[in-house]
Amino acid sequence: MIRVQALSKNFSNIQAVDQVSFDARRGEVLGFLGPNGAGKSTTMKMLTCFIPPSSGTADICGFSILENPLQARSQIGYLPESAPSYDEMLVGEFLRFVGEVRGYSGKELHRRVSIVIEMTALGDVKDQMIETLSKGFRQRTSLAQALIHDPPVLILDEPTDGLDPNQKHEVRTLIQNMSEERTILISTHILEEVEAVCTRAMIISAGKVVGYGTPDELMSQSIYRNSVTVSVNGANPKKLLEQFDELDFIYSVERVPDRRNGIVTMRLYPKEKESIALPLEKFIFSKKIPIENFNVNRGRLDEVFRELTLNQLTK
Amino acid sequence: MKGFYPIFKRELLAYFRSPVAYVFIIIFLAANAGCTFFLGNFYNSQQASLEIFFLFHPWLYLFLIPAVGMRLWAEERRTGTGELLLTFPVRLTTTVFAKFFAAWLFIGISLLLTFPMILTVNYLGSPDNGPIITGYLGSFLMAGSYLAIASFTSALTKNQVISFILSVNICLVLVLLGWGVLSESLNAIFPVWISDLVSQFSFTTHFDAIRRGVVDLRDLIYFVSIIVIVLMLNVVVLESHKAS
Repeated sequence: MIRVQALSKNFSNIQAVDQVSFDARRGEVLGFLGPNGAGKSTTMKMLTCFIPPSSGTADICGFSILENPLQARSQIGYLPESAPSYDEMLVGEFLRFVGEVRGYSGKELHRRVSIVIEMTALGDVKDQMIETLSKGFRQRTSLAQALIHDPPVLILDEPTDGLDPNQKHEVRTLIQNMSEERTILISTHILEEVEAVCTRAMIISAGKVVGYGTPDELMSQSIYRNSVTVSVNGANPKKLLEQFDELDFIYSVERVPDRRNGIVTMRLYPKEKESIALPLEKFIFSKKIPIENFNVNRGRLDEVFRELTLNQLTK
Repeated sequence: MKGFYPIFKRELLAYFRSPVAYVFIIIFLAANAGCTFFLGNFYNSQQASLEIFFLFHPWLYLFLIPAVGMRLWAEERRTGTGELLLTFPVRLTTTVFAKFFAAWLFIGISLLLTFPMILTVNYLGSPDNGPIITGYLGSFLMAGSYLAIASFTSALTKNQVISFILSVNICLVLVLLGWGVLSESLNAIFPVWISDLVSQFSFTTHFDAIRRGVVDLRDLIYFVSIIVIVLMLNVVVLESHKAS
């Protein structure tokens, strides 16, 4: 559905996007991750044919963004960063306008507007002026606008930016519900979002792709991968540390600060990031250690993100 | 031309949604009346014609039309709606013309609201209504040329004030090229054909002919070609802005 080949963009002497290539198929939610100014929005602007690439190309459902920009655009629903819309219009009127520009009229237009209003739960504000809407409703209006032509490809630039946790959850649920028959590209710098909605993620830093894979694959690069955090009630920290350190499947042990009274928390790192949950559990059981919590870490995306993006910058 | 009508309609309605439209119309009408009756001494001229009324149009438009056109593209850039508008599956040329025609029609409506002037001269005397009709036509065409320039300068910047000042200056040059004082001083130094050539580029030269009731195809072509050429430049500017 989306095929990107060596897409690059330079603004005078700044390399904003450098040889980005990827494929995204139907049903995939691809997350774009990266620090501010990494080139996420620029890449999206090139895919929506808002700005032309300096070199490289991309196909949207088989239409080249260079040769068939109008056909490519008609395959895309686009939510630009900060969700711009015409403030002086009513929500329903704005959606009708976008539908008309996309070539619908009469009953078909009416039907499509009703569907997206329903999908994004805008029914209560459809006769309200966009200017008077809260941030959450504005974002949803903009999302509704992107859905009006039922596009096979959705490009969403920071769709949950500035929303409160409930609104974020709503937007994420909406994205998940829509993902089955579509290809969705979302950019974000909220890492939990990637775990929550993305089937695949791409980390970009200074215009280059520095990490690509499923969220789990990316997390497996973390030093915390398969480490276990154990909290013990009323234990002697020193003795506990020694006990764990002696185990042959443990690479190292560190004490983690814990504010709870009388509870000692340790983090145990395995050798070669192997799973140690089972042998450790057996050991704790046999020694009758009074544990409060037992957590296996899948790895931390924020740590991988920092590692990859900071490395890139110092290079 | 797909997408022309909805974009045109939205733009036109946007004028009437903001108080600016009404302020503009009031100022437009007041300025027209002020110029005609006070500066132009309409009553003392003892003529049942709108010559004096049209005489001031090149000067009035110098400030009023850039005020209408300055927001056309600058506003889209400032609020980010341009990114939405320019990623619809619509040709950029269509979008530029749709926005232009909406603003032009708005100015046309303001111009039509000066109709009490026609009633006044017809009540006071029996004027030749031919030059009045051609005067309105010429004035409308000339307004379109000013507006195309304002639309073009609006695409250059996201700052409406800069856009306004730029278009006022460009339009001022095009008005002054046909100014009698300039022609005379050119005649003192150069052969006459030079000043004739220079004044051919001016709004006033072509408008003067039309408002006197002489509709020459060349004058019409002048205004239409200014509009088309400047709007094509407008498209080029928007394209290159997207590239950088």
